[in-house]
Amino acid sequence: MSQGVEVVGLYVRDQEEALKFYVDQVGFKVHTDVRNGDYRWLTVQHPEQPSFQLGLFTPQAPMVDSTTAQALKELVAKGAMPPLVLVVDDCRASYDRMRASGVEFTQEPVARFGSVDAGFRDPSGNGWKLIEARR
Amino acid sequence: MGQDPELLRRLLRAKDRMDAASDEDWPVPRLARESGVSAAHFARSFKEAFGVPPHRYLLTRRIERAKAMLRETELSVTEIAFETGWQSLGTFGRIFRDITGDSPGAIRERERAGGGEMERIPACFLRAAHRPDLKIAVSEKRRQEADGQDGSIEGGAPDGAAASQQEDL
Repeated sequence: MSQGVEVVGLYVRDQEEALKFYVDQVGFKVHTDVRNGDYRWLTVQHPEQPSFQLGLFTPQAPMVDSTTAQALKELVAKGAMPPLVLVVDDCRASYDRMRASGVEFTQEPVARFGSVDAGFRDPSGNGWKLIEARR
Repeated sequence: MGQDPELLRRLLRAKDRMDAASDEDWPVPRLARESGVSAAHFARSFKEAFGVPPHRYLLTRRIERAKAMLRETELSVTEIAFETGWQSLGTFGRIFRDITGDSPGAIRERERAGGGEMERIPACFLRAAHRPDLKIAVSEKRRQEADGQDGSIEGGAPDGAAASQQEDL
């Protein structure tokens, strides 16, 4: 595949914290981690999805002004960012594994609509649905 | 004017807990513990962050859940009231009416009737999809009528309008 969406970014409150969360607790791996002064381009990747990167960015100058950065940090912390979905083969097994590694779950696995789903948040407040792939 | 993001994140945790178990009792001290702040600080900060006091938020979530159950299940209103966390049917009915403006029974009837409306949407799409054809048919009909009137000025006007519209495009 040569065309398509390659990077989608999340706003996080702390890139180091987000990196530990997505790599050590969720199970992603680092794709790119490059610094330029205060700016850090950091993307992670699902081990089974090499064509897609999840960017972990802090709202900061000079990308946004400081008032906007503060507003964005507040919105993320209030859980107001759009939904994220992580598809897994076995929702309950992933739930057990991630919960044991310290992931904050907002909803235990529930069987409905012919699948099983759970909910978790990253340390910044971004909300994820963990959904079992339909077989 | 803004709030500390660290505090907001902890308030969100209490909100998540209410979302996950809205049928449970959530007195402010319990919520404050979830957020790791004092009860007085919690109530004030929560309202500032999410626009409604925590108890009001909880009631709203319960009513949302009750509405979904009225729509999607065959449980009685009484069963739904207790299932969604109310101790008395009277309180449930009063707060339900307060929030939705209607009684649980009336909402159940309307939501189900609404389901019928939803089923008609594809037919509406179908009708919308056929409108262009209908327009052409009408204009043709008009033209035919105009032709029938033997090239009157009125007959020429629609064609002129159509031509100028095409130029605009």
